[in-house]
Amino acid sequence: MTVPVPGDARRGDAVRQSLASFRREREADWQAFEALLARVEKRAPRTLSEEELLSLPLLYRSALSSLSVARATSLDSALIAYLESLSLRGYFYLYGARRGLSQRVGDFFLHDWPGAMRDLWRETLVSVALMFIGVGAGAWLVASDKGWFDAIIPSGLAAGRGPDASAEMLRSMLYDGDNGFLSGFAAYLFTHNVQVAILAFALGFAFAVPTVLLMLFNGCMLGAMFQVYWAKGLGMELGGWLAIHGTTELFAIALAGAAGIRIGTRIAFPGELTRMTAAAHAGRIAATAIVGVSVMLLFAGLLEGIGRQTITSDVTRYAVGGGMLALWIGYFYLFQVVRNGDR
Amino acid sequence: MATARRAALATMRSLITPEGVDLQIKLADAGTRAAAFLLDVVFIATAAIAVTIIAIFGVTGFGTDKLQPLFIVWIIAIFFLRNVYFIAFEAGRRASTPGKRIIGIRVASRNGAGLSVDQVIARNLMREIEVFLPLSIIAGRSEMGVADTLTTVFGLVWALLFALFPLFNRDRLRIGDLLAGTWVVEAPKRTLMEDLSARKDPVARTFQFSHAQLDAYGIAELHKLEEVLRRDDYFALRAVAETIGRKIGSTPQAHDARPFLTAYYGDLRAHLERKLLLGKRKEDKHQR
Repeated sequence: MTVPVPGDARRGDAVRQSLASFRREREADWQAFEALLARVEKRAPRTLSEEELLSLPLLYRSALSSLSVARATSLDSALIAYLESLSLRGYFYLYGARRGLSQRVGDFFLHDWPGAMRDLWRETLVSVALMFIGVGAGAWLVASDKGWFDAIIPSGLAAGRGPDASAEMLRSMLYDGDNGFLSGFAAYLFTHNVQVAILAFALGFAFAVPTVLLMLFNGCMLGAMFQVYWAKGLGMELGGWLAIHGTTELFAIALAGAAGIRIGTRIAFPGELTRMTAAAHAGRIAATAIVGVSVMLLFAGLLEGIGRQTITSDVTRYAVGGGMLALWIGYFYLFQVVRNGDR
Repeated sequence: MATARRAALATMRSLITPEGVDLQIKLADAGTRAAAFLLDVVFIATAAIAVTIIAIFGVTGFGTDKLQPLFIVWIIAIFFLRNVYFIAFEAGRRASTPGKRIIGIRVASRNGAGLSVDQVIARNLMREIEVFLPLSIIAGRSEMGVADTLTTVFGLVWALLFALFPLFNRDRLRIGDLLAGTWVVEAPKRTLMEDLSARKDPVARTFQFSHAQLDAYGIAELHKLEEVLRRDDYFALRAVAETIGRKIGSTPQAHDARPFLTAYYGDLRAHLERKLLLGKRKEDKHQR
């Protein structure tokens, strides 16, 4: 055992004392910052006084500088871990750039949603075209062989409608509302359709192939149903029955398909960006589109569940449907608010 | 030890603040995230069951004429639980669901900027094909009585492919993370712990160490010693005290393990911090 040299311990003591005083002097700031952060993370920053609000960035910088000093001079790993977690929390809060809820909602309806729709115009055209191709194919298939109807439309959805049903029965289904369960039905339709839209979006990830198939098949079902009515001379009437909500609903589904196609094509062909960045860009635009689509589907569900059963005149049905379509197109493609300042 | 450190480094990512400080974020590993997700699933399921029970009681209580409003409330509530739960919580100030909060992780934007709502929506809507679609395929098939082996296998492979996706990339990204430009990082709340070298221990003062004795160890060992001291487990303290005593040629009494280690920790840290100030960082005991 070597004899202790007093000089060594004393030299270490000087360092120890200066680090202890560093901690003593800064500690109050850290604790104050931690307490403030805990408050603003729970409640809106409105609850802070002006003075406290102004002190937040100062305390954050003080914590960051303490972290730098501690990393360079101290070997107390608990202290460094504490400062790291405190600084990270402060960073996320201060650079999170949170706007108020009402402002965000306003921005969504004024800028983000129509902007996303305009951005997706090419995919929207493709998606609508796919649906029309589906309609043509469905109608042609059922016209050539009645057996196709059962293959395309599940029996639960057909509910007795089919190539062999009488014209009277088909007509009654268009105009007789079963008034018992209307709004409940609307709520069900809304949630179901949103789930389909989300699926169209999410499946786009597989290079858009399932989304394209979904759009085609959707059109196919429509075409098959249409052919059955057309053959009985009820084409115009079915058109009215569909149009009142269908313009909104089918447009919304087409837009969801467009969002899916955007994701798939950007992952397949990222262009100049890296695949990851391209996917992230496409995902954000598509997500905005899907939220918009949900809003459209809410309208469609209300129109279908309530409007269709109470409005039985063909002219009014066409007028409502056409009006809605004009409204959406005007809102998406003609309505542009100039954005002032940065968001 | 080296492999452990390399594994820890593999999940560290630098996050340089505008002030120029690297905050060194740590990505949450797959197990942590699975645990958080399971917690959330438990919360959602509990809420869904509660809503359903309330709706059933409502029907029996009010009679069937109130069936329709109750049905609407129920279907909307379930829809919200399925689609909005994750989005609403992650778009909030803490960017984490209750499950994530309990585990101590949060969602962050990969480019270091603030997390925006559309990112949160994008990452959570993808859950539809990651979790719900394979489940509903299997459930739907078995309901119709056509759940043959092939579709079940297909559903399982699909589900596994997506569930295990975070294991196949460096950044532990889920499909939703990939598409939204986000990742999940550890954000534990830590409390400021006492400074061990400022601990006043009357017995510890009796220990004195020479230069050579303090040179026996480096920073890695110092941190291990700090861990042991903070854990304050009697047997661990004794074992460590014996090992250190043997190495530096000092034999403390068995009951003096804690003051001995406290004294050695304080002196070793001051010694190494002094070296640090002079520009020499002694990483571990092997470094001369």
